[in-house]
Amino acid sequence: MKLELQKLNVKSLKFGDKTGFSDGVLAINKAELIALISEDPMLGKNIDADIAMPGESVRIMPVKDVIEPRWKIEGKGQVFPGMLSDVETVGEGKTLVLSGCAVLTAGKLVRFQEGIIDMSGPGADYTPYSKTCNVVLILEPSDPNMDKHDYETACRMAGLKAAAYLAKSCSGLQADSTEVYEMPKIRDAMNSYPELPKVGYIYMLQTQGLLHDTYLYGVDVKRILPTLISPLEVMDGAIVSGNCVSACDKNSTYSHLNNPVISDMLKRHGKDFNFVACIVTNENVTLADKRRSSSYATKLAAMLGLDGVVITEEGFGNPDADLIMNCRKSEQLGIKTALLTDEYAGQDGASQSLADSCPEGDACVTAGNANEVIKLPAMKKVIGYQEEANVIAGGWQGSLSDDGSITVELQAITGATSELGYTKLGAYTL
Amino acid sequence: MAFRIVHYINQFYAGIGGEEKADYKPEIRTGVVGPGMAFKGALKGEAEIVATVICGDSYFASNMDEAASAIIDMIREYKPDAFIAGPAFNAGRYGTACGAMCEAVSKEFGIPVISGMYPENPGVEMYRKHAWIVETPDSAAGMRKAVPAMAKLVLKLLKGEAVGRPSDEGYIERGIRKNMFYEKLAAERCVDMFVSKLKGETFETEYKMPVFDRVDPQPAVKDMKNAVIALVTSGGICPKGNPDHIEASSASKFGEYDITGVNDLTSETYCTAHGGYDATYADQDADRVLPVDVLRDLEKEGVIGKLHNKFYTTVGNGTSVANAKRFGAEIVNRLVNDGVTAVILTST
Repeated sequence: MKLELQKLNVKSLKFGDKTGFSDGVLAINKAELIALISEDPMLGKNIDADIAMPGESVRIMPVKDVIEPRWKIEGKGQVFPGMLSDVETVGEGKTLVLSGCAVLTAGKLVRFQEGIIDMSGPGADYTPYSKTCNVVLILEPSDPNMDKHDYETACRMAGLKAAAYLAKSCSGLQADSTEVYEMPKIRDAMNSYPELPKVGYIYMLQTQGLLHDTYLYGVDVKRILPTLISPLEVMDGAIVSGNCVSACDKNSTYSHLNNPVISDMLKRHGKDFNFVACIVTNENVTLADKRRSSSYATKLAAMLGLDGVVITEEGFGNPDADLIMNCRKSEQLGIKTALLTDEYAGQDGASQSLADSCPEGDACVTAGNANEVIKLPAMKKVIGYQEEANVIAGGWQGSLSDDGSITVELQAITGATSELGYTKLGAYTL
Repeated sequence: MAFRIVHYINQFYAGIGGEEKADYKPEIRTGVVGPGMAFKGALKGEAEIVATVICGDSYFASNMDEAASAIIDMIREYKPDAFIAGPAFNAGRYGTACGAMCEAVSKEFGIPVISGMYPENPGVEMYRKHAWIVETPDSAAGMRKAVPAMAKLVLKLLKGEAVGRPSDEGYIERGIRKNMFYEKLAAERCVDMFVSKLKGETFETEYKMPVFDRVDPQPAVKDMKNAVIALVTSGGICPKGNPDHIEASSASKFGEYDITGVNDLTSETYCTAHGGYDATYADQDADRVLPVDVLRDLEKEGVIGKLHNKFYTTVGNGTSVANAKRFGAEIVNRLVNDGVTAVILTST
């Protein structure tokens, strides 16, 4: 399996007559973009699009998802299979990437579970999406009493459509850079690098309902048994986020497409270990599901004869139980583990950081304490609805001050404690 | 202008006497007393001990709350910027008093509080979360080592400088998690650690797995017919509109709501404040999380004595263990005072 990512480096955005890319500038025909999004009868009439650039005094909230524009220009299937396009398997051929650009879905709250992105100031240091040139969709439901699941679906689809549309509109150009990824058949992988340990990645996906769901080829991941996936399929959008609750540690679609654990493991493949397989699994709410999925995911790792796995969690609290089951069961099968999680140690950092633990979890990296409080100074421009700071997860009544500053826990900032490890944040013990 | 420090010492270091004077009642003196002299040099004029509190170890141990509040009142007029207690080395009662005073002062004035103890001093385990405790030798012979280390740390805290790791700064690990930006992405750090573990090399985990309190389930209720049963939930069920603004995550409070005459929770009257699960079904029918309807049936059928007329609710989502413990203790007190004999706890 071979995938070529052809990257156009987006350095600036502007609205213009024709959507296209030239000299680092992505021009967007706003009317065309809005018309495309408005095709969905679930969305209201007051849909808008805006632009937010790194360093600007702009606040975007409440943010639901972040998506990198991609479009397949060669090979089977199309990006975001089973969601936007047919269910055909992806991960081969050539895919165009608008690197440095992101589509943000914002607008009316689905339920007080969405995030904040500041493009400058102290908040910008915590979110990876203050460094991207952002095309922001401001959305609302066509009926204010619409079922929340339906509105969430409409927002999610709008983001995917916009991302695909932007990339598609730029196809046919010479790429600024090209990255080639190749994954051998498992049979061949098993025979490569006999001197190196065989390793895998257990990729945990949040699957607990509204704003807690993830999709694999369009399938709601809470309904799957753990399964194998190629990292190349992930790069083509096989995994799509439907969740942003406590936005700090939910994996945006953007972070799936650019999963830094996968990219680091690919980099070290053939040197430090033989990266053989990626296993996706879920984080369901019932104990039976947790036990079934952790047993099945670790069984797959054992069937493949893996010597070690990296395990990333998505979310906190309840999914800590899934993380610990995956860790303990792997280690009991003789498979060494390293864990990537984040912490909820209280605003003062003095409480336990996880809701479950096991002695086998002796190699644990964390993306920081999400309860830590930050003051976000007022921004000149707000895209969306700032008053939601008082109700979103991580905020409280009074989070938004009269002067426009917002005092919240880091958990309200999109991607701040990414458990795919997409930020440099961490914690240490005083 | 130099920062203002109040210093706490016991009767022995004040030169009043040993065990025979350990019941000495708290007093405050302007300026330095005893080991305060050594601090004076170590603080290099950047901070000054403006007053010294003296209290007998036995007196403090026997009258902790009273002594602490009396001392707080004595300190107030000196407007301290920081508080130093001890060093107490391996003296158990003195260490405990130093720790307790640090906690009280920190709570009251929100200023840096610092002590010095030998790691095995019982005051360490009791108060390390509440105070910076510099590691000292086990006896007063180590004064010359303890004082400069404590002075250095207190100056750092007073100037608002970032405090490094325990091993670098010489204090005993407090168990408090503090964020920092690392050089590498968390993903790269994780793969680095993974490789070290695979190769059998030494590595340092970024977070040592916590050890939890385990609470044994209580024995079954034998006499259900006379039981007064209360409902308590971490699922966030509250009157519609969340009148007390319980946070969607990281709750700072719980709610107490009267359900006298309420037989059924409906979407018009109740909802959830919780921001950590798919709340659609709880908002449609809050009985799904807080089963008032079923308990009313059981009450009518005489299976239970009665359903308590108040329920307690908070949001478990991202809420610290410390807050949860505090809510639990307070709720239990109210339930016991109201004559409740059994509780159904529901979570989500």
